Formats: sequence, structure tokens, C-alpha cells
Amino acid sequence: MSIAERSPFKYSVAGRLISDPLAVAAVTIIAILVLGAVFADFIAPYDYKALNVRARFAPPSFEHLLGTDNLGRDTFSRLLFGARIALFVGMTSVGLAALIGLTLGMIAGFGPRWLDNTILFLFDTLRAYPTIILALALGALLSPGLGTVISVVVLTSLSEYGRVARTQTQAISGREFIDAERAMGASTMRILVMHILPNVLGPFFILAAINLPVVITIEAGMSFLGVGVAPGTPSWGATLKDGFDYIRNTPWLIVSGGIPLILVTLGFTFLGESLRDVLDPKLRKER
Amino acid sequence: MGRYILQRVALGLAILVVAISALYAFMISLPGDPTTVLLGPRATDEMRAIFSERMGLNKPLPVQIVEFWGRVLTGDLGEDVLRNRPVATPVFEALPFTLVLILTSIGWSATLGILLGAFSAAYRNSLIDRVTGVLSVAMLAAPSFVVALWSLLIFAVILNWFPAIGAGERGNLADQIHHLVLPSFAIGLAWVGYIARIVRASMLEVMGENHIRTARAFGLPPHRIIYRYALRIAVLPAVSVLGVGVGGLLSSAVFAEIVFARPGIGRLIYDSVITRNYPVVMGSMLVAISFFVLCTLVADVVNAMLDPRLRTSKQS
Repeated sequence: MSIAERSPFKYSVAGRLISDPLAVAAVTIIAILVLGAVFADFIAPYDYKALNVRARFAPPSFEHLLGTDNLGRDTFSRLLFGARIALFVGMTSVGLAALIGLTLGMIAGFGPRWLDNTILFLFDTLRAYPTIILALALGALLSPGLGTVISVVVLTSLSEYGRVARTQTQAISGREFIDAERAMGASTMRILVMHILPNVLGPFFILAAINLPVVITIEAGMSFLGVGVAPGTPSWGATLKDGFDYIRNTPWLIVSGGIPLILVTLGFTFLGESLRDVLDPKLRKER
Repeated sequence: MGRYILQRVALGLAILVVAISALYAFMISLPGDPTTVLLGPRATDEMRAIFSERMGLNKPLPVQIVEFWGRVLTGDLGEDVLRNRPVATPVFEALPFTLVLILTSIGWSATLGILLGAFSAAYRNSLIDRVTGVLSVAMLAAPSFVVALWSLLIFAVILNWFPAIGAGERGNLADQIHHLVLPSFAIGLAWVGYIARIVRASMLEVMGENHIRTARAFGLPPHRIIYRYALRIAVLPAVSVLGVGVGGLLSSAVFAEIVFARPGIGRLIYDSVITRNYPVVMGSMLVAISFFVLCTLVADVVNAMLDPRLRTSKQS
């Protein structure tokens, strides 16, 4: 009888995550952000784009919890809707980058040598662009918007997923059970999808969890520089930019715009580390 | 070893050529005539023709790219047609500022990070170790532009301890250092936590190795074992991370240079992007990417020198 059968929940992935205080803290932070983003319409006390000339530069008060900006827009409401933008950009770009990276990486790891070298060279080339500098160059050429942000992030981060997928694929394709499959006449496609893919996915979840806050930070950074979301979109980076432009009038924008970014990073970093401990005991760090 | 270095240099050059050429092609082939963007909608056809002649835009794309590289090889980064000066002038004026900023940031953060990491490995599970652990995660979690903005707010606007803008008076070293404090603090902070974590982990690993056990068996004092023997080896992973991390440092430098209105390569790219000055964007991107590729190359070669296993395996 296996351990899992004796005590199903306690030893399951979820059960082990719950017994880790770090993971509980991480999930709490993420849950608050996700709930805030989903129910922003109900929680937000004001319309995020409503201008209020009389309440310009209002400091935090009971009326405006986190104050208002130079146009009199309510900061708290904008940050709530900003969570939506951040999570949308984060999940879409991580998903796309992971998908493209996974496909290319598995082809590189399983395919012939020349194909492997070509794809590796592509990964190396993409890695040669410093993210924010590429973002600036592309942001200048493409019109600002979520599409630009997502393409920059996908371009600069897909090689990381690709490398992990390639290494995993190479490691697994040398194992006996793959030889056995091949001997039984399984097609390459079947081997890749049914046998290699499930073994590659574990590290991918960890990588995605660790990468998500990085992506959200890049979005905020691009929006801060004015090459991210379209003007008026309530991105956290745009809030920071407004705060920077009026630093002597509205210091609360800089303070409150930075906090969700730090929270999101803490939440997903902790989650990534706990996931790694649970999914891959070999990598468990010394505590 | 020589062969490995040669291979690695060739690969680095190939990456550089492909990366820059792709960017060039992308810039040129976008919808919209660059000369219109440069000159504005009211430019006459004649003016446009002159500019596209000067920028070489009237030739086919592959020819343009080859000519671009031909010019670069002779040290000519192109012409800043908007301001009538060679692109190299602003680029090489800005570069030293960015290099000084990045080097000081690496310097202080690596020193502190290595010390913290070694300290928390030496006193494992002590209060100091735990506090360092929490602090280093907290430092990692703060994006550099948030740190830059917050330190600008606290130390320049509210407390007025440090200047908010510029790089200091030319020739006045004390003033320049004064201007360097906040930007390099903002860039380096995340690295302190990162390096401390790496050094702590590799330190714990090294402490379990045979030569350390032997040193201990010989009765050497613990601080000598830790700082003389273990730390030397434990620092290596941090060195290689720093080499690859230069790309991240360059990105952070963009923010620091904008937030603190410092001259530098990041600010130059930003300004020329805003004014759509494509020749300057290309020239400064070329220098920034070359710098990054060079740093990755040096990190790889240094790693291979220190760890011979990396030489024989294919690029990983």
C-alpha cells in the first residue's frame, strides 16, 4: 500500500502546501489580488476613469483611501483595476511564452543535431536583448497597448522555457522506457506528447510561478516608461508614472503604486519555492 | 581551453550580428516611412528624398544591413541626422556614466551580499540567518524602479539628503559620488538579496566537502576555514550569475537614469526613442547589446576556466 492511499489528503500536493506556512502566506496574497481583480467592479468605490477636478491631489482620507492623482482619479480604484491588467498580461504572456518555449524546446531536445543547434542559437540571440532596452525600442515602433507589452515579454522570456524543456526532453529521451516505446513502434508524436510532455510539465509550473511577477514587473516598468499600456489604462506602472511626474504633490501615488508590485512578487516567489519543495524533493532547499 | 574560447567568441559575434541585424530589419520594414516620422507630416518630398539618401534608406534592406555593419567595423555608428552629428558622439558621451553606475552597483551589492551569505551560512539557523533570509527575499521582491522611486521620495524629496537629479558637477568627484548614491542603491539592492542567497546555498554545500572536513580535522579555527577556504569556492556561482545578470543591470540602469535624470546609455535610448531618432536608437542599442554579449561571454569563459567540466559539454 502506498503512502498516498493511507492518507490521501495529507500527502497530496495541496495537503503538503497547506502545511507550509510560506505557501499559505503566498496563496493568501495571491487570492487577495485575484479576488480584487475579479470583483474590482463591486469593490472599487469610484469609477477608475472618473475625473474629479475638485478632488485633485487629494491626500489619503476616508473618502479616498489612497488619495487621488493629478486628474482627481481615485488611486485605490485604479490599483484594483490595475490588478486586472497585471494578471491578464502576466498570465497571457507567461502562457504564450511557455507554450512556444515548450514546443521549440521539445523539438530541439528530440530532433536532429542541426535543428537543436539552430534553435539553441535562436534562444541565445533572443537572450542577447536586455528586456527593458528591447521594450523601449519596440515600444517606440509599435503603438502602445497590451499587445506590445505581451510580445516584448514573450520574445525575451521564451528562451528560458525553451532551455528547460530542451534539457528535460534530452534527459528523458535517453531513458529505457522511451527505447521500449520506440521498440513497440510508437510514433515520435506519441512519445513526445504521451511520455515526454508530462515529465517536462512539473518544472514548467515552478518556472511559470516564479516568472509571473517578473512579467508583471516588466509590464509596470514599460507602462512607467510610457511604452506599455495605452494612456489612461489603470496600470500600476502608469500610477507610478503619475506619482513620479507629481512627486511633490502626490507622494502617495508612488507609495501605493509600488506596494501591489512588491506583494505580487512576494506571493508568487513564495508559491514557486513551496511548489518546488513539494513537486521536486531533490531540489528542496536546506531549511 | 583556447579552442573553447575561440568557439565561444565566434558564437558571441554571430549572436551579436544576428540580433542587431534583426532589429535593424524590423525597424526599417515597419509600416510608415522613417523619414516621415523624423521630419513630421509637413515635410516635402524633396526633404524626404534627401533624408532617405543620407540614411541610406533608398537601397534594398540586405544592402542596408551590410553597409551598416561595414560602417560599424570602421568605427562609424551612423549619422544623427536630426542633430547633424555622428551617432558615436552622444553614445560614447553617455556610456561612461552607465558603466560607472553599473560597476558601483555591482561593487557594493556583491560585497554586502557575499558577506551576508557567508555569515548566514556560518551561523546557520541562528537569528541572524533567519533575518538575513527574510530580508534577502524582501530585497529581491522590490523591483528596481520602485526602489528608485521610493528612495527618491524619501532621501531626496522628503529628507533632502541626496540630490534628486543629474550626475554631479564635472570634475567634482565628491559631488559626483553624492549623485551616485541613490541610483546605485536602487540598482544594487535586489542583488544584495540574490547574491546572499546564492552564496549561502553554495557555502553550505562547500562546507560539507572533504577538504573542509580535513581542514576542520586539522583543528584550524572556524573563521579561517570559512573565510579563507570555503568562501573562495562558494563565491564562484555568484560571479557567474553577475555576468549573466548584466542584462538585468542594464535594464535597471534605464530606470535609475530616468528617475534620477542622470545621463547614460539608458537615458539616451529613452530620449531618442521618444524623439523617434532611429539612427541614435540603433547606435546605442548596438553598444548596449554588445556590452551585454561581451559580459555573458566573459562570464562563460571565466566559468569554464574555473570548472573544466563545462568546457567539454555542449552549450547548456
